[in-house]
Amino acid sequence: MGNVKSSLSNMVIVLVIITLVVGAVLGYVYQVTKEPIALSALAKQNEAIELVMPGFNNNPMDEMLEITTDEGLALKLFPAKKDGESIGVAIETVSGKGYGGNIRIMVGMKPDGTIVNYEILEHKETPGLGTRMADWFKPAAEGGSEKTRNVFFDKLFGIKAEAGGGEDSKSVIGKNPGKDKLKVSKDGGDIDAITAATITSRAFLEAIETAYKAYIEEAAKAAPGVQTELQEEGEKL
Amino acid sequence: MNQWKNFTKGLIKENPVFVLLLGMCPTLGVTSSAINGLGMGLATTFVLIMANLAVSLIKGFIPDKVRIPSYIVVIAAFVTVVEMVMQAYTPALFESLGIFIPLIVVNCILLGRAEAFASKNGPIASMIDGAGMGLGFALALTLLGSVREFLGAGTFFGLRVYPGEYGILIFVLAPGAFIVLGYLIAIVNKLKKA
Repeated sequence: MGNVKSSLSNMVIVLVIITLVVGAVLGYVYQVTKEPIALSALAKQNEAIELVMPGFNNNPMDEMLEITTDEGLALKLFPAKKDGESIGVAIETVSGKGYGGNIRIMVGMKPDGTIVNYEILEHKETPGLGTRMADWFKPAAEGGSEKTRNVFFDKLFGIKAEAGGGEDSKSVIGKNPGKDKLKVSKDGGDIDAITAATITSRAFLEAIETAYKAYIEEAAKAAPGVQTELQEEGEKL
Repeated sequence: MNQWKNFTKGLIKENPVFVLLLGMCPTLGVTSSAINGLGMGLATTFVLIMANLAVSLIKGFIPDKVRIPSYIVVIAAFVTVVEMVMQAYTPALFESLGIFIPLIVVNCILLGRAEAFASKNGPIASMIDGAGMGLGFALALTLLGSVREFLGAGTFFGLRVYPGEYGILIFVLAPGAFIVLGYLIAIVNKLKKA
């Protein structure tokens, strides 16, 4: 195969040359792709903020607050303002209790803590089970899991529309972690867990609660006195 | 060797997945949907062509005893390039393939072809071999992904065929990959005999 003799000096020289060339090539590609990679990460974050907390016209990323909770979780808080007035906040929150590790969620809340929308940013949950959290906790009309139901197949298999009440008890949209019990129904809460993915559901709800707690704490710090009512609610949690 | 034969052998006769049974880790890991299988297959094809070309060009300068580390460095370089380019320009695909992109490095198809073919043949033949093997791999992964996605989630390339609730979940999970792969290999063997 090789025409070059396998002497020590030959081997060292060849390996050094190969690694040098490869290193140079990789350095060049890194330089070229660095900016697009950073841009696409930024665009994704921006998109998620807009999805969960629409209607702002400031730049939430400039006013970002980084918070570390008592449990050591790093949250990011993006204040959303319209014409200088606060319309809510988008919070990047995390739970380490997912079935496959960390679950990172972007959740949008009105100033009183009512959940506007959420978006899963990162997870390692089981495909087909835990991954259904992407739309499970949203109302059916907004792309909840019932939307995929096919009328033809329902008739074919004789299945009637989902038994009533199922919709509202799954969704977290429009609920307020301070007033509603955002726990899975197994733990005495108001939310139905994802079928066969209770651990994921718990982690999801925990991440939202973490976000809410961090938000009211931050709000209390920013305007002492005004937010006491919110904070009281938070302490009840 | 006839170049056309050289190209087509990777597709069926020496298909890396169904016949050579190489690269089982990405085969079983990423094929939970057809699009993942296709993306992984095409990324591997690119690396395979480029690595085969590079190896066939430098084979004369490499002492025998360090050829494996040299090949690995060359392969790893192309994989890292693919990884960075995908992350920059196709972030969605990059995210769904996740950890399996860096794992192309240890995909034994690459080292196998470098050692068994590229180190003994010229650059053109090596590239054609890489393309054939890579497309065979992509074809197998897409097929496996389609079957699993159809049975497990009720979709075909993301298009809904029947409601997801009637899907058989196990086919999206790891055991389903083994089951489907086993049946596909049996079918390929049957077809090859006929």
